[in-house]
Amino acid sequence: MVEILEQLQPIFRDVLDNPDVRITRESSAASVPGWDSLAHINLVSAIEHEFRIRFALGELEDLKNVGEMIDLMERKLVKK
Amino acid sequence: MRKCRSLLREMRQQPAALEIRIAILGGSTTNEVADFLELLLLEQGIRPAFHHSEYNKYFEESVLDPSALTKFRPDLVIIYTSSVNIQSFPPLEASEADLEAHVAAEHTRFAAIWNSLQSAAGCLVIQNNFELPDDRLLGNLDCVHPGGRARFINQLNEEFAREASSRPRLLINDLNSIAARVGLANFHDARRWFRYKLICSPQSTLEIAKSLAAIITSTYGRSRKCLVLDLDNTLWGGVIGDDGPDRIRIGKETPEAEAYTAFQQYCLRLRERGILLAACSKNSEAIARQGFEHPDSILKLGHFSCFKVNWEPKHENVKAIAAELNIGLDSLVFVDDNPAERAIVAAQLPMVAVPEVGSEVADFARILEQGRYFEPVSVSAEDLERASQYESNARRALEQAQFSSYGEYLDSLNMSAEIAPFRAVYMERIAQLINKTNQFNLTTRRYTLAEVEKIAADPDYVTLYGRLSDKFGDNGLISVVIGRGEGRTLHLDVWLMSCRVLKRDMELAMLDSLVAACHQKNITEIYGYYIPTQKNELVREHYQNLGFELLEDDARGGSVWKLKLSGGYSVRNTHIQVKELVHG
Repeated sequence: MVEILEQLQPIFRDVLDNPDVRITRESSAASVPGWDSLAHINLVSAIEHEFRIRFALGELEDLKNVGEMIDLMERKLVKK
Repeated sequence: MRKCRSLLREMRQQPAALEIRIAILGGSTTNEVADFLELLLLEQGIRPAFHHSEYNKYFEESVLDPSALTKFRPDLVIIYTSSVNIQSFPPLEASEADLEAHVAAEHTRFAAIWNSLQSAAGCLVIQNNFELPDDRLLGNLDCVHPGGRARFINQLNEEFAREASSRPRLLINDLNSIAARVGLANFHDARRWFRYKLICSPQSTLEIAKSLAAIITSTYGRSRKCLVLDLDNTLWGGVIGDDGPDRIRIGKETPEAEAYTAFQQYCLRLRERGILLAACSKNSEAIARQGFEHPDSILKLGHFSCFKVNWEPKHENVKAIAAELNIGLDSLVFVDDNPAERAIVAAQLPMVAVPEVGSEVADFARILEQGRYFEPVSVSAEDLERASQYESNARRALEQAQFSSYGEYLDSLNMSAEIAPFRAVYMERIAQLINKTNQFNLTTRRYTLAEVEKIAADPDYVTLYGRLSDKFGDNGLISVVIGRGEGRTLHLDVWLMSCRVLKRDMELAMLDSLVAACHQKNITEIYGYYIPTQKNELVREHYQNLGFELLEDDARGGSVWKLKLSGGYSVRNTHIQVKELVHG
């Protein structure tokens, strides 16, 4: 689980264009500067691309923070 | 792709030669395509400023209330619509007449947009056509039956094409072909549509942005003009110096020979639409020439506007080709099967486009096409004639050698010019010249077609175009001057000329006509301006050569010049016969 978090760091740094950004399991759009709706689209596209997974409709909408997204990704990656 | 933001931030800091204002009126989310488009344009030295319509308000903001758009003052408008924006597809039970009616309804809605934009913004409009829908309820019949959506889209695209072909300020972004090239299954991305109202996958958005960038760079005269070709294993199989002219592989005998023939045919088709061909090869010239005498060679020596075949390094020859053809290095595309040669040209001459064509001739044309180097926004008769004009230039150079003085040579050309104020029939060509001339261009000011038309109609302006013919052919419309009158003074905002008529005294003839026009308007002083760019060193002394007096020059190399007419003016041109145009 830590692994996925670390793999997400460069994606967030690139997409948000902020070398100092460090996300934790508790991070969310509200707490990370620059994570607006456009950045969100790019984050999802980049994560789908890098991890070769796809989020189904409805899966993303209820996530409260990065931790929940990582759990979701875990489940998807195990199934692969 | 995920580094888009940081790339944008870096590239926005680079200086840009040109700034343009682009309004995107979208039928879906447009931010993603705008980001990619900005990156691609910045790479070409064009800095865009964007205005986005409210989501899916492309119709409202162009027809019902164009005030936001008018306020933004766009240089061009992109109508970013797609098949999701079709309001009403014909029902399954539609008859031929129903289909026609549905096509007409949709067509009328978009025609209203174009008409309104014409009066509200008066600028160039780029309109997406429509991609085929993902589903095909009727299977193959979908493109046949009047109730088929594929049939409807095809017919509507046909109408759009007809409109664009008769409206010079309407350009089509061929979304249909982009989606087909990507593959419809890869193009559409239903989840992104339902989630973000984006019509397609990020990769497809990038393809759309590339297409838009090609149209825009071409509009501003930055598409490439010349294809520089290696010979051995590029235009024919084998090494002509080793194998001999009879043993090179070209023709229909083997699959490989056929592929070389097909690539030669592709090059010839480019040439026929005005792209120059140049040969650049390490070979003995006499032997290389024999390759084009091969009975199966589609390309003949005469198709090449420049032939640099010797043992010099390739990048030196590429430079020599640009110099000889009088075009910039950024007008060249270099094709060579040898990766080492591509590498040295790319490294030494970064302005030259060097596509990674690989070493398989069967792929060359496809890879060149993907680069979109030669995108035209229109195909004018002038383009079609250009290739042969450059050839005439080569013949002129031959004749030049035999005269005792340059004046004698000029007289032998039997030149005649037509010089007159802008006329409606020439507006498109004038705008084209204004936007693509880089070298003989004193101010490098760019104007859209709409602006040119406005200036032509404004009594405060003096406008002149010049056409030049000689015994070898018609060079077409090759010079443009725009002067802005203020009282008894004229400020020369534009003076430019196509380099294919350099050193023909055409600028003297233009000055004579300009002065005559000034006399009619009681103008007594003409101010000329030289604004230096990377490409117009050629005309640094232009006004000095015409007898203007230097008023000031600035630290950056720019200068201001004045010509007083009050002391009298004697006609300068002696070698060109200027035809009087009957006015009216």
